[in-house]
Amino acid sequence: MRSTRPLAWAVNEPAQKKTPLYDEHVKRGAKMVPFAGWLMPVQYTGIVEEHQAVRNNVGIFDISHMGQFVISGSGAATWLNTMLTNSIEKLDVGQGQYTFLLNDAAGIIDDLIVYRIGDTKFLLVVNAACVEEDFAWLGRHRSDNVNLGDRSAHFGGVAIQGPRVAELFVNLPARNHIVDVEMEGMSVSIARTGYTGEDGIEVFFFAKDAANFWNTVLEKGKDLGIKPCGLGARDTLRLEMCYPLNGSDLSPKRNPIEAGLGFFVDLTKPNFIGRDILLKTKENGLREKLVPFKMQGKGPPPRPHYSVFENGERIGEVTSGTQSPSLNWGVGMAYIKASHARIGAKIEIEIRGQKFPATIEKKPLYKKS
Amino acid sequence: MNVPDDLLYTESHEWIKREGNKIRVGITDHAQSELTDVVFVELPKMDRQANAKEAIAVVESVKAASDIYAPLKGTVVEVNKALEADPGLINREPFGQGWIFVLKIDNADALKNLKDAAAYRKQIGGG
Repeated sequence: MRSTRPLAWAVNEPAQKKTPLYDEHVKRGAKMVPFAGWLMPVQYTGIVEEHQAVRNNVGIFDISHMGQFVISGSGAATWLNTMLTNSIEKLDVGQGQYTFLLNDAAGIIDDLIVYRIGDTKFLLVVNAACVEEDFAWLGRHRSDNVNLGDRSAHFGGVAIQGPRVAELFVNLPARNHIVDVEMEGMSVSIARTGYTGEDGIEVFFFAKDAANFWNTVLEKGKDLGIKPCGLGARDTLRLEMCYPLNGSDLSPKRNPIEAGLGFFVDLTKPNFIGRDILLKTKENGLREKLVPFKMQGKGPPPRPHYSVFENGERIGEVTSGTQSPSLNWGVGMAYIKASHARIGAKIEIEIRGQKFPATIEKKPLYKKS
Repeated sequence: MNVPDDLLYTESHEWIKREGNKIRVGITDHAQSELTDVVFVELPKMDRQANAKEAIAVVESVKAASDIYAPLKGTVVEVNKALEADPGLINREPFGQGWIFVLKIDNADALKNLKDAAAYRKQIGGG
């Protein structure tokens, strides 16, 4: 099967949902594409330019397509701790953590951030493509004294990312913390987190305030070189950091240990969905593992589904790949047989019938010098 | 979007410039803008024969790989080696230094199967 595709135009796709920032994207000349049921900007002026703006200055992304659940009630903390892999008990009010929602086979339904926004109140920010499935799964397992709300439709959000973000705001919360503030007459929640590897925040607001907030930030950030950024740059930025993308690097057939994200799984918790299988996986050893790799020479960039070889043996498949704008080099991540997952090992990526040399690397693929 | 009047076009966004019994081929301004930053070009092999609409080159952007098709039946007689060192030429000069290959064509009559600038403009919604 050839992995290349003929030129095809996203604008001919069927109707998709629009975020509250849709009109702003179109006004600023963004190229809109369907993504997870939404019409999202893939780029404004160019992926590489937007990528560099985030690495060097600051960029702003629309993340209104992501889902937002509010879970509250006297039983919320105890129950969430059985639904998610990381330990809710580690969270103080105002603190968040990266975590997983697993199915009964310990496969990944979604990766998400959970914030404790009150003693018995939590905000979950989930992937756009998973909103319905996550909500249904949580609803099916809901226990007494737990209220489950999906506020996605009434809220928007942006990610503001880059080393100069702290010049744009004062009194930012600490890393992984969230605060509610009033800004320019708008009630917003600001979380110090992101998906780019740079300092940054994610801001959530009422959908009606979305355009105002977006335009205000772009105006205030002008002198810092702020740029509106699309999903294209979001993908290259996250891949350089080896942050996984659900649907590509994560799936219901993969568990967090295979994905190299065991740090976000607290196996000392007495009980959570998937725990027993993860313990068994640890005991019996992994079959496959997600590894980052870097191409060895100039050549075509790696892409999802390309085969990976070592000494002529097929050992796995690429799940994410691109030309890294920071390194100007082909990089990617692949699931390979665990026995081959050694940092520094020479592998080959098959691209259109030809094998190109690559090396298994340590995370992250890009480090700030 | 720039669609020069003196070129012919394909549905798949290649442009064609006739040079006697040869055609010079690249991708249009519209195509390069949709593809975004081109980071790699796989050129066709010299002397390779191709049928009309056969994929013979690949242009890769940060986001994806896209096949480039032979607009007409012919033989590859020139390839743009400059693209190997500077694939961004396709973004900067799609109709000039960003050309991809030259085909010696078997049958010049087949040129009538290609679109003129007006038809291509209509296809991409440029009026």
